[in-house]
Amino acid sequence: MNALEELPLWAAILTSILLVLGSGLALIGSIGLLRFKTFYERIHAPTLGTTLGLFSILAASMIYFSVGQTRPVVHEILIGIFVTTTTPVTFMFLVQATLYRDRFEGSDPLTGLSDEQRSVKTPARE
Amino acid sequence: MSRWLPFPVISAMLLGTWLLLNESLSIAQILLGSAIAIAGSWILVRLDAPPLLFRRLWIIMRLGLEVFVDMIRSNMRVARLVLKDKRDRTPGFVRIQLNVRSHYSLAVLACIITATPGTSWVAYEPAGNVLVIHVLDLADDDDWGEIIRVRYEGLLKEIFE
Repeated sequence: MNALEELPLWAAILTSILLVLGSGLALIGSIGLLRFKTFYERIHAPTLGTTLGLFSILAASMIYFSVGQTRPVVHEILIGIFVTTTTPVTFMFLVQATLYRDRFEGSDPLTGLSDEQRSVKTPARE
Repeated sequence: MSRWLPFPVISAMLLGTWLLLNESLSIAQILLGSAIAIAGSWILVRLDAPPLLFRRLWIIMRLGLEVFVDMIRSNMRVARLVLKDKRDRTPGFVRIQLNVRSHYSLAVLACIITATPGTSWVAYEPAGNVLVIHVLDLADDDDWGEIIRVRYEGLLKEIFE
């Protein structure tokens, strides 16, 4: 592809840094998914890839394509908006399903949460 | 006006999205986009969506900026927690008494809580207007209710309510 050869050095460096940062965050998120032991902890790990990881890669794409001037850079903004607004829906469904199952099995993690007690700490399982 | 265009703000956003997606300002795309925007707002009427009013655009921008900074900070914190091998975290659930009630505020709050890793939305009880979130690390004993109230709720209330 010719656009890559015509890309000035600063843009190439910036794009690469952002790409490595974004994919690194997605990788760390996946490691967390493996390493954390309970479902409620695991749900936090992949959000690294869907937030800052996603935005780094979108920023890299915006720099690459706007410097190369192959097309205007609006699609990335839309991707960011769509992912940010749809991720909570999936997450809520997953958490609600787990909560339902936990309650069904008689181990409601939210017992003890009342007006007096604001937070319940759950030990990190090995 | 209100019968044909029940949600003017949402219709305008739909049309804008359509034009951005197609990267074109031709008459054909504007007509097609308008048709979709109007049909979309009619669907919202059938869904009984409450009317949407935006106020104070600069507050929306301030909220966006604040969320962006918090997102970067919590990404770094969670990345450190993942890579650190020690198990000195204390995850847990936190109960938060909310002040905002409008559906739009809650929807944006859900996006914010999901966009900042380390906190996730667990349950919302409409009766008491109580939100339960899960926090990956409660160790530093932050008052999460206070954090949400101070950082986001005030701004959300100003925007939507």
